[in-house]
Formats: sequence, C-alpha cells, structure tokens
Amino acid sequence: MMNTMGFLGIQYEFRWSVLWEAPYGQWLLEGIGMTLSLAAVGWLVACGLGLFFGALRTVPVRPLRALAAGYVEFFRNVPLLVWLFFWYFGVPQVLPPAAQAWINARGVECWAAVTGLSVYHGARLAEVIRAGIQAVPSTQLEAALATGLSMSQAYRHVLVPIALRLVIPPATSEALNLLKNSSLALTIGVGELTFMTRQIESYTARGFEAITAGTLLYLLLCLMVAGLMGRLERRVAIPGLIARVGRAEH
Amino acid sequence: MGRREAMIEFRRVNKWFGPLHVLKDLDLRVEAGEVVVICGPSGSGKSTLLRCINRLEPVQRGEIIVDGQRLGSPRTDLTGLRAEVGMVFQSFNLYPHLTALENITLAPRKVRGLDRQAAEGLARELLAKVGIAEKAEAYPARLSGGQQQRVAIARALAMQPKIMLFDEPTSALDPEMINEVLDVMVALAREGMTMVVVTHEMGFARKVAHRILFMDEGRVVEEGVPETFFVRPQHERTRAFLSKILVH
Repeated sequence: MMNTMGFLGIQYEFRWSVLWEAPYGQWLLEGIGMTLSLAAVGWLVACGLGLFFGALRTVPVRPLRALAAGYVEFFRNVPLLVWLFFWYFGVPQVLPPAAQAWINARGVECWAAVTGLSVYHGARLAEVIRAGIQAVPSTQLEAALATGLSMSQAYRHVLVPIALRLVIPPATSEALNLLKNSSLALTIGVGELTFMTRQIESYTARGFEAITAGTLLYLLLCLMVAGLMGRLERRVAIPGLIARVGRAEH
Repeated sequence: MGRREAMIEFRRVNKWFGPLHVLKDLDLRVEAGEVVVICGPSGSGKSTLLRCINRLEPVQRGEIIVDGQRLGSPRTDLTGLRAEVGMVFQSFNLYPHLTALENITLAPRKVRGLDRQAAEGLARELLAKVGIAEKAEAYPARLSGGQQQRVAIARALAMQPKIMLFDEPTSALDPEMINEVLDVMVALAREGMTMVVVTHEMGFARKVAHRILFMDEGRVVEEGVPETFFVRPQHERTRAFLSKILVH
C-alpha cells in the first residue's frame, strides 16, 4: 500500500498499513476502547451530577440553590486541562497513604481523567438541565402539587421527565464535547485514542497516516453518538406535542 | 342549608402580591356538601382566593382552616391536605408526557400507594364517568380541550378528595365543548361534593350553586342564593357586572 504524492516538489510516500500492522493496529483498538470507556463512564457520572445540581438550582430553597450554583461556577470556569492536572498531580498527594496505594495500584491516571471529565462536564450539563426544568411551565408543578405529590415527587415524575426530553439536543452537544475532550487525558498518560496515534507516529514516523486515522475515528465515534442521541430523541418524543421532523401539517 | 361542619374557613385573610393588595380582610365559610360559585371581574382576587385554599398561594395575614387543619402552621401536613383537595385549572395542566390513564394514576400510586392494577381500575372507572373511557391511552396533545378538561377532572377525583376547586374550568374551551365539562361538574355537585367554582357560567350557577359570591377588588361585595342573586342584586357593582355577562 504505497502511493506517492508529488506536491510542490515534496515527495511523501504513504504507508497506510501502519494502521493495521502489529502492534500498531492493536494500539489503535486499545485507544478506541479507552476513549469510549472514558467517555461512557464520564458521561454517566456527568449526567448524574448534572441532573442533581441542575435540579437543585431550581428548587425553592435558597441555600440549596447557592450550593448548586457554587458547584457549577467553580468547576466550569477552570480549564479542563488544569482540572486534569489537579486530579492527577494534586489530589493523590494529599490523600492518606493507604488511599494513595489503592489508587496507584489501579491506575491513577484513568481515575483522574474520569473524575476531571465528569465533574467538569457535570457542571456544564447542570446548566443545560436547569434551563430544561425552567422551560417547563410552572403550571405543571402546580398541578402536581395540587394532587398531593411532594416537591421531590413532582420533580421526579413530572418536571424532570419533561425537561430531559427538551434538553436532548444541547445534551447531545455536551456528550460530543465530553468524548472529544477525553483526548486531553493523553497529557496525564492515559492510553486513549490520541495518545495511541501519537505513539504510532513516534514509532513509525508516519504522522500523517496516524493523525488522519485519529481524526476520522473521532469523527466516526461522534457521528455514532449523535445518531444514537437522535434515535433516543425520536423514541421519547411526546406524541403530538412538538413536530420534531420538518414536516409542517399546515 | 343548616349549620354543618365547615370544610373551608377564611378568617380576615389578607394577601399582597408585592404592593398589590389582592385579598382584603376576607371571611368565607364553606360547609361540607356546599357548592359555592365565585364570580367577579378579572383582577378581583377570585382565582387567588381559590389558590389559597390548597396553599398554592400563601397569605400574609389571617387564618385559613381547611378540613380542620390550619394552613401555614408548621404542624400541618400540606401534601396530605392537598391530597384531599382536588383542583381543576383553566388551562387543564395535564402532564404532556403521560397518557390520560397515566395522568390519572400518578398521584393515587405515588401518594396513596395504590398498586398499578388498582390505580388503573380506578382511572378507567373515572374516565367512563366523565364520558371518555375510550381515550385512556391517548396523550393530552391528541385530545380536544373539552376532553383534556374532563381528564383533568378525573385526575383530581382519583384522589377521592373531600373538596373540589375549579378555577375557570371552561374559560379556555370552545363554546361547543363547554357543556360536556359543565355536565360532569353538575353531576358531581348533585353527588354532594363540596365545590368551590370560579366561573362566569351563570347557567351552571343557577342549576347547582347553593351560594354565589361576587368579588371585586379583593372583597366579597355580595353573596346570596342564586334566586335572589340574579333577580335582586343589592349592589350597584354586582348589577353592572351581571348586566355585562348576562346580556347574551
């Protein structure tokens, strides 16, 4: 698989086979696996944090709202890269020795990456979910309370289920950002996709092939996530409420 | 009607929205089984009065006692009390993501602890009662306004409340749908439900109301049984109001 491209007198011989030759093909697969794991675990935790703090930002209890606002502003206003360094270089040092030994034995870089990604994106997602809850008419809350539901039941069964449907499009963007931002974990030594393409490049000196592969793989992964979220959106759409596809009926 | 147990009692209730004094030294007594209709111009405080009964609105001064419990006291079990007071809103306020059946079963299951089967049995019974048994699986957006309001009435009745509050239940409806909702309300009144109804449907008031209150600027200006209220209103403002709404 050798091609030559002449461009402004520069000769470059493509060798795409570095992408599947041993051990590089294996590295790429490992990188994809690690990226997907980081993104999946990070997304689940971010959703939990986002839902909890996003809902808390709308409750009629001022100290709880302030607590949630504090979480959001603290974590979203520091660069993600700094947070990764904080969780990787900073936090383990101040843990008790037994805890340090425990996380060191299990790969501190992965835990730092997951923590950094989920806490940062959880803060951003909290704002998305807050906007969703605030978009639900207050008459829905009144109707729920009037039937005797408690505030937390009204949130759980009425406000949040409606809000989550409303925020699927912006939450999709957030999921894609999280997946792409997981590439920053290479800076703390996590063997994810970008890390692996860089490693292939340094072993083979085939930078163009390696980085092109990484580029296309991110594109593919993101398109898959966007597709899945689109399917979810159509599946949970409220019948008759909003025309989701551009088919006007009048 | 004779002196029975008071289901709802207001004692010198005052409420402000910011600088706006919306309820002024309001006294009110509604007995068990009584049907009270409240009418009055918009901004007179009638909806606010209704919303104070289940404490969707707190009041700043005065006492409200509902079913023997004083609202606003820290010992009052507010959710327990609201479970006994059904409310029907002008804009229906059905949960859009749930079917008609699920709208009705939610509170009985979560508040009363009914299992799914029992709750659905009850819900189907109520849907039949309000005349739309076949719409159990429909989502609110697929129902007409009149059908939505009847589901909303069934939702409130599913808690088997002691009191039903209606906040202009037919004001958002097309004329041909008003009667299907009023018929349900008339049947309910005749079963002996305690009802407080904010409405301008004077035909309904004539048919089932025990008392009619006319409110203006945060006060009850006039009250009476339907016969005298319509025939010999005492106050000039009541006469002016009635002449406007009864003319057609």
